[in-house]
Amino acid sequence: MVILKKVAIIGVGSSKFGVRNDVNLAELAFEAVKPSLEDAQISPAGIEFVALASVGAGVWHEELLPAVIAAEYCGLTKAGLMRCEAACASGSAAFATAYWAIASGQAEVTMALGVEKMREVDSQIAMEWIGRAGYYFWEFHNFGLTFPAYYALYANAHMARFGTTEEDLALVAVKNHKYASMNPIAHLQNKITVENVLSSPVVASPLKLFDCCPLTDGASSVILASEEKVKELGIDTPVWVAGLGCSSGTANLSKRPDYVGLDASVLASQKAYKMAEISPSQVDVAEVHDCFTIAEILAYEDIGLCGKGEGARLIREGQTEIGGKIPVNVDGGLKAKGHPIGTTGCSMIYELTKQLREEAAEKSRQVPLKNYIALAHNVGGVGQYCYVTVLKR
Amino acid sequence: MVDVPSIKTREIKTVKNMPINKTLKFWEGLIAGKVYGTRCTNCGQLHFPPVADCGKCFSSEIEWVELDTEAEIEAFTHVVIRPASFCGCEPYTVAIGRLKEGVKVLAWITGFEPAQIKIGMKTKLIAKVTPEGNPTYAFTPLI
Repeated sequence: MVILKKVAIIGVGSSKFGVRNDVNLAELAFEAVKPSLEDAQISPAGIEFVALASVGAGVWHEELLPAVIAAEYCGLTKAGLMRCEAACASGSAAFATAYWAIASGQAEVTMALGVEKMREVDSQIAMEWIGRAGYYFWEFHNFGLTFPAYYALYANAHMARFGTTEEDLALVAVKNHKYASMNPIAHLQNKITVENVLSSPVVASPLKLFDCCPLTDGASSVILASEEKVKELGIDTPVWVAGLGCSSGTANLSKRPDYVGLDASVLASQKAYKMAEISPSQVDVAEVHDCFTIAEILAYEDIGLCGKGEGARLIREGQTEIGGKIPVNVDGGLKAKGHPIGTTGCSMIYELTKQLREEAAEKSRQVPLKNYIALAHNVGGVGQYCYVTVLKR
Repeated sequence: MVDVPSIKTREIKTVKNMPINKTLKFWEGLIAGKVYGTRCTNCGQLHFPPVADCGKCFSSEIEWVELDTEAEIEAFTHVVIRPASFCGCEPYTVAIGRLKEGVKVLAWITGFEPAQIKIGMKTKLIAKVTPEGNPTYAFTPLI
């Protein structure tokens, strides 16, 4: 068995999320890279390898090689460089790649960088591109599925099987908007009510506009280092990567065994828990993939925060708020902080690192820590990819 | 969309040619009113959508089989906000149905009022050609 080297997060940075037509791709990346380097107190020349995630290259933004553009602009040229693709989990794939580079002994200091510009095209074109990101040939070409529609198939099946209601889904949006209103970098900072969600226009039944995450621009950067380098740099509060699991699901939704959960989430989380040698009940704070409200409820069940079919009860009882059993998405989540597709995985790690260091910029958003363990769950597509990361201070 | 100074990219239109050489029988079948899957003659696995190569046993010896037409609906959604290339269509309903042989099919479900569509209901899978000339398949009422 291969012995992996210990790896810590030593610096994080994030841009403001939102409609960022005031900056281009490279300038947006800079807004995340600069604070992450300052946080780690290192220079760009100290980064040996950069894994970048940017799903919309040549699609919703026009740069086909975003890694080289961001690296040049941020003084990272000459570092080893690649772009990682795992759909909406690309940021986590970049993080995993940056982690593996150190864990394997190949590098001492690496960077995972997510940067996404989604608002350079109009929203209908963006819906088209994202809808095509399943199995274009068999499930989009003739049938025109959108991303909300993919998750809506699961929502209707979950409601029919477990009695989950549209009000339950709305509660997820209400919670995540509440936390986004306390997060200055979030895209949607307005508080909403269940009634606001239920009365918003239907996008793909039963999902309505306020069940859906926005199309967001944003960048997040994470710097990782080996245990030796952590000592050498004198890092005060390293956040260790304790577990990492990844898995995948079929491209065709017609090949799935059921529509009430994502197998890739189940498998990826089990691998991550096993590596970290923890159980779900030991997690103090979690970021889960809530691109749509139903996705957060599926995640609760798939990663074992509750039993199968109990997700709606968890949100009804307020167990995923600060003060509850397991606070989830206290930065506003994809739903309200925003979902710049390639950035999201790095943005989750950014938030959890701040939480584990007890540095949440707004004290009201700081989760009380018992075990100093946090978990990020990042899905690509509708469970076509899944990455789960466990962090420990 | 753009509320600050910007420059427009150069415009290109791209249309790709997607090979159907190895699944031609499927597309011809749709025009003839039949929905085919493929069965691996080595391990017996039935595949839908049809494949030329078996990902289970790695044999490329397959046979074409006409599928049963009765489908039980496992999931559905009414798509109101459509992608750009479907904006010429009225809102449509997409469903996933399970056939007797165990394979599942994703397609539009037509001929029902939206409120009539329920998980667990039985429908008929039909092959057809759209008014624009595209061979396709859909779930429709049993009778």
